[in-house]
Amino acid sequence: MPAESQEKGPGRARRFIIAWTTGVSGFLVPVLAVFTALLIGAVVIWASGHDVVAAYRGLFEGSWGSPRAIAETLVLVTPYTLAGLAVALGFRCGLFNIGAEGQFYMGALLSVIVGFAIHGLPVYIHLPLAMVAGAFGGALWGAIPGFLKAKVGAHEVINTIMMNYIGVKIVEYLVKKQLLDPTSTLDRTPYILPTAELPPLIPGFRLHAGFIVAIIAVFVVFWLLWKTTTGFEIRAVGANPTAAKAAGMSITKNFVLAMTFSGLLAGLAGAGEVLGLNHNLPAAFVSGYGFDSIAIALIAKSHPFAVMPAAFLWGTLRNGAGLMQLRAGISVDLINIIQALVIMFVAADEIIRWLYRLKPKEEITEVVFTRGWGH
Amino acid sequence: MALALSMRGISKAFPGVQANDQIDFDLERGEIHVLLGENGAGKTTLMNILYGLYRADAGQIYLNGREVHIATPSDAIAQGIGMVHQHFMLVPVFTVTENTMLGVESTRYGLFLRQEEAAQRIRDISEEYGLEVEPEAYIKDIPVGVQQRVEIIKALYRQADILILDEPTSVLTPQEAEELFQVMRSLVDEGKSIIFITHKLKEVFAVADRITVLRDGHVVGTTTPDKATEAMLAEMMVGREVILTVEKEAPEVGEIVLEVEDLWVLDDRGLPVVNGVSLQAKAGEILGIAGVQGNGQTELVEALTGLRSTARGRVRILGTDTTHASPRKILEKGVGHIPEDRHKHGMVLSYPIADNLVLSTYYQAPFAHGMVINGEAIDDNGRKLIAEFDIRTPSEYALAGTLSGGNQQKLIVAREFSRPIRLLISAQPTRGLDVGSIEFIHQKLIERRDAGTAILLVSVELDEVMALSDRIAVIYEGEIVETLPIAEATREGLGLLMAGARKEGAIAR
Repeated sequence: MPAESQEKGPGRARRFIIAWTTGVSGFLVPVLAVFTALLIGAVVIWASGHDVVAAYRGLFEGSWGSPRAIAETLVLVTPYTLAGLAVALGFRCGLFNIGAEGQFYMGALLSVIVGFAIHGLPVYIHLPLAMVAGAFGGALWGAIPGFLKAKVGAHEVINTIMMNYIGVKIVEYLVKKQLLDPTSTLDRTPYILPTAELPPLIPGFRLHAGFIVAIIAVFVVFWLLWKTTTGFEIRAVGANPTAAKAAGMSITKNFVLAMTFSGLLAGLAGAGEVLGLNHNLPAAFVSGYGFDSIAIALIAKSHPFAVMPAAFLWGTLRNGAGLMQLRAGISVDLINIIQALVIMFVAADEIIRWLYRLKPKEEITEVVFTRGWGH
Repeated sequence: MALALSMRGISKAFPGVQANDQIDFDLERGEIHVLLGENGAGKTTLMNILYGLYRADAGQIYLNGREVHIATPSDAIAQGIGMVHQHFMLVPVFTVTENTMLGVESTRYGLFLRQEEAAQRIRDISEEYGLEVEPEAYIKDIPVGVQQRVEIIKALYRQADILILDEPTSVLTPQEAEELFQVMRSLVDEGKSIIFITHKLKEVFAVADRITVLRDGHVVGTTTPDKATEAMLAEMMVGREVILTVEKEAPEVGEIVLEVEDLWVLDDRGLPVVNGVSLQAKAGEILGIAGVQGNGQTELVEALTGLRSTARGRVRILGTDTTHASPRKILEKGVGHIPEDRHKHGMVLSYPIADNLVLSTYYQAPFAHGMVINGEAIDDNGRKLIAEFDIRTPSEYALAGTLSGGNQQKLIVAREFSRPIRLLISAQPTRGLDVGSIEFIHQKLIERRDAGTAILLVSVELDEVMALSDRIAVIYEGEIVETLPIAEATREGLGLLMAGARKEGAIAR
């Protein structure tokens, strides 16, 4: 008998780690990219005549220095994670979902409507229902460009951008004309009922149960991508659509599916924001999470488990920026510069490889980010 | 005899591989020196070092007795070295003249191209060496064989004395290859020197003055054609005895498995490339499709496997109409597919080997229960097939992209043969493979035939089609011009048919 029948394989988890680390010298590049960006940021601070140590201490203390700072950072990590997962899932199927922002809005809209318009439900029905409504709104908004791509080949980048505008304007119209809270002077919907609220995790803090949803979502997305036939197909279509087709998979079906799941996650992010934080939807609801999530997915190399650390990084930079400004007297725009540098170094990872004399990139990378452009 | 080129002690290592190890290679002026070896033996690495594409870790290069340092291809060109790559480096929408001038344009006032002058020089070159071309023709309008001449002219235009030809015959008909050999002879008669890279033994005897065989980055030996035999060279290449002919019994032909009637298929530009093909493949036989690359074989295979829609006609597999069926329907009907381009259609390079081995069956038991994947079953299957098909890899978790070409092809064969198939559509099953892998895959195909599978073998390697097929259909410009049993097929006859002559013409000759 050949030896292989006695040997037990190291299991899917191990193989998966092997695939991940051999693909792109692991997560070394993103970590070094962050480090380099902070270093250059330090040079910028120093060159503009400010105190580097005070600035970075402010950044750190502002995001992790007190229980309240930590809670506020986690408040940001929640939508960053969910929306980052959304974009990462799209990347895995070779799709560039620029539309997380619009999907986020639609998720917020539908969940807030369910939240304030349906009365008399117990919390254990009302809250899940509102969350599902949000997920549905995002999924629908993602599925449309997915369907257009699959059926007529319309490029998802163009269509998701257009869907962003449509989503934002629909929210604005509905909130101002149809859903306006008559008791308020502001352009916003009525408050959702307490039965639809995502409860705070710690009394007295704004951190809400949406954070738990985000953590669960990380595992669900991982499970979906690596443990199900659907994920097997989505990743195969993303990595090599022609081979996937030759093996009998439907490219069109997987495009629609991936965009639907992607939109669903972004919709959940929107639902979390209104059900957990705002409790209503203002007409001038500005998130930006949808766009930052592209950067987060990029830094995470589209890996669900790496999305959360990347979201932590973004949350840290955003939340710490205020205290940094206060302590060192530098503009919060410096945070934008650092974020931009991180993205640039991750996208143009050859720079990092050259700087730190890393092994040149192997031919086979786990994800092709640019796939989806031009075909 | 004077040495045009001498490479001494050339070594080059890539991560994990010693591609060249202390290689000595001499080229005399006016000789055709064949560099023979399997894929991965180090031929191309050595030539890329000579052409300035790689830098050697150690060793010296002497041209006409003088040491030179070649760091870039422009250095190589300046030293009189020209290379004709396996994949042509031509701009399709440029003319022959424009392509030839590209990079070395001669201009008036530094701005206006002197096209006429260049065209005249091309005519001179083409006359001198018998390289017939039309300087005003566009590359996209001329046949592959002529495009190759343009590549050679490009090198001569840059005043190359040493020409490197990298597997030049893989895109040619036997007749075109013969023409190329004549050109090569007239080139060496004029004092040029040629390094000819190949893995086809027959060609060696047609052109070589000397032969150097490489294996695993070492020089195994240098010999001349009169002292060598095919079997001997094959053994030098592989390191063991090789069976060059495929042994097979007479076929036991059964029912009709594949039936194609008047099939028309369009290419990506909407032009008909398969024009009314009709054919039948029966259980237990190998039907070979012979033809020069680009005569509709690719589209025919894509149409049969559901990857391309058909314009007209009918395809039936085991009596079921599959003309418009999806790839999955066709696969589930018991069709195996070894695609022509293994990277495009055969595998996901960033997937582990085990996953690639279930690329078309991952949703079936035991690999999945409902929508949940059974990793253990996939891994067990992977280990089993890796052992059975001798896929060389450290583990079933290694990514398919880390395998060598031969092992990637074995992976595809393993996957297709692990399913219950009644029809195997096999396109260029051994393209770019080494002798050992070719031998292996040929054996497997014969085994499968003897087990009663109908096999459609599409190949541009005439030797392969002739060695394996029970019947041969010749395709030319999208039409099957002739179908004949193997007993009636001759190299010359098939070659003429592949070039467009009807059977009558072949006999008349």
